[in-house]
Amino acid sequence: MISLEQQILQFVITGITIGSIYGLIGLGFSIIYNSTEIINFAQGEFVMLGGLITVTGIQVLHLPLPFAAILAVIMVAVIGIVMDLFAIRPLKDASAITLIIITIGASIFIRGVSSFVWGKEPYTIPAFSGEEPIPFFGAVIQPQSLWVLFITIVIVVGLKQFFDRTLTGKAMIACAFQPRAASLVGIDVSYMVLLSFGLSGAVGAAAGIVIAPMSMTQYDMGVMLGLKGFCAAIIGGLGYPWGAVVGGLALGILESLGAGLISSGYKDAIAFTILLLMLFFRPQGLLGKTKGDRV
Amino acid sequence: MTKSRLFRLAGIILPMALVIVLAAAPAYAHEEYKIGAIFASTGPASMLGLPEKNTVMMLEEALNAAGGIGGKKVEIIFYNTEADPTKTVTAVKKLIKKDKVEIIIGPTTSGTTLAIIDIIEKEKVPLISAAASVRIIKPVKPYVFKTPQTDVMAVEKIYERLQKNGIKRVAIITVANGFGDSGRNQLKILASKYGLTVVADERFGKKDTDMTVQLTKIKGTNAQAIISWDTNPGPAVIAKNRKALGIKIPLYNSHGVASKKFIELSGGAAEGTYLPAGKLLVVDQLTKNDPQRKVLTDYKNSYESKFGGSANTFGGHAYDAFQIAVKAIQNLVDKKIHVNRDSIRDELENITGFVGTGGIFNFSAKDHNGLTKEGFVLVEIENGDWKLAE
Repeated sequence: MISLEQQILQFVITGITIGSIYGLIGLGFSIIYNSTEIINFAQGEFVMLGGLITVTGIQVLHLPLPFAAILAVIMVAVIGIVMDLFAIRPLKDASAITLIIITIGASIFIRGVSSFVWGKEPYTIPAFSGEEPIPFFGAVIQPQSLWVLFITIVIVVGLKQFFDRTLTGKAMIACAFQPRAASLVGIDVSYMVLLSFGLSGAVGAAAGIVIAPMSMTQYDMGVMLGLKGFCAAIIGGLGYPWGAVVGGLALGILESLGAGLISSGYKDAIAFTILLLMLFFRPQGLLGKTKGDRV
Repeated sequence: MTKSRLFRLAGIILPMALVIVLAAAPAYAHEEYKIGAIFASTGPASMLGLPEKNTVMMLEEALNAAGGIGGKKVEIIFYNTEADPTKTVTAVKKLIKKDKVEIIIGPTTSGTTLAIIDIIEKEKVPLISAAASVRIIKPVKPYVFKTPQTDVMAVEKIYERLQKNGIKRVAIITVANGFGDSGRNQLKILASKYGLTVVADERFGKKDTDMTVQLTKIKGTNAQAIISWDTNPGPAVIAKNRKALGIKIPLYNSHGVASKKFIELSGGAAEGTYLPAGKLLVVDQLTKNDPQRKVLTDYKNSYESKFGGSANTFGGHAYDAFQIAVKAIQNLVDKKIHVNRDSIRDELENITGFVGTGGIFNFSAKDHNGLTKEGFVLVEIENGDWKLAE
């Protein structure tokens, strides 16, 4: 038996863990949206690829987990770049909505190829540092949850530094702000777009790897995670990378509390209701400003 | 038209007609008993369908080598359904109209079976399905039979043990799809029959990545056992979450995880959990006088020596379907009754005491599955393997 307070604490812990994953996926959406105004619906597939390539690294190439993970991040970044080069760039002058539909096509393609390469079976990778749960005021924390939080913080802080401190990062933000002006001052916009696809591939892969020990990984796991990540990005404010993380955490915690205190049958309904309410009443997101340009 | 042209035309048409008549002739003069087989040997259900196809091909070869049925050979006509309802319907139409089979065995999945029931009933061809859903045979359709155990039996097997262990309150956690809905229904309907109360009724989505919330709620009730109902990977996530949350009450799974994949996915977390499974999984542990022991051992050995790998329950369902079809034809031959689609159908309902891999089949006009919960055994996962828990 466990008291209600302890249950609620457990719901929040679970919510933060799963919310961090939603946040990382939402971050991927935001990075690409920022430089292209495209919503990349293949983001969930990047997550799936991260997990499955790591499985191959461990089981087939017999690499130690850290190397398999790094290999997966690099490969998915390359897949993101390839996607830009062969699916997005050739249609440079197409409208954003056309490009969004192309990303949906790309996601179906990636899913199909993955089901050939890895089959339709689920796989797992070992937890990074054991599975002995850590007691916490009557609730428990899985060591892997701490890894999820740790990786999320590292990525968020790293990206913040990148965008604020480096020339390339600033150039990417400039492209988001006003692509034409950016190209006039000598920024290679198409290179920045390429970079944003690579970067969001890498972030997505990291999310997929860090969650695989808890959730398993399978060729079609990206569909739902992609949608939840999209919700996170919308809730936080599309185009605000930190907003995606805040949105993800909010979504994860609300979803988890809703499933726990109302009914687990409505878990996904809760997430999508929040999404609809946000779109109706605050379409710019939690962190978005009502007027003016994004910077 | 001139006379010579007429002759030329006749010269073309007549040989063509002759060829057509000659080619069509064997289809009418039945040299052998034709059995249609439709399994998903590729596609999403190939893990089930391929062993089913292998099994049937192996049995055909063995039966014909031993002289067939009453001196007549058996011919299997196989089509791959890819678990696709449209392709299955096409295959069934071909089997009925073109190949003119006496009986059809398969298909692999419940969805494809339900898709062909209308044609089967309309064309009056007996079908023995290898798919799980109880809806295939409930309500009874005259021409439709099936060999796998149903989830009703799986639920009863679990409840029987809970009752024996003096357990009164259970928590159920089921996936929100056809498999989970059906399991959840049976779990709720049958509970009172075994003196049980369902104190928590949790659901989760097929694509959910974490069930900690549902299990935390269960932890907050006074349940004495948890029953989870899904196919992989959900149950593995539940097993892991249960261990992480330090939940001590026992976990029972459905027969949907009766494969090594579940043990592999859940790491150590599956240790000490239970599931109902076909006896094939634990054939070496069955008592010497178990009536199915011989059938299971023979099937396992012949399958594994021919195809390598390990024989699984699904191949067993095809084994049962094939052997029951053959048995019905054999009975008719013995009784000197003309073998056709209708006589086979009638004979299937007379088959009783047939020992198969899935249990002992007793078909009747009211029961087209013919099994009881004794077709299942309850197994415990111990040291990464199955151990008979009875």
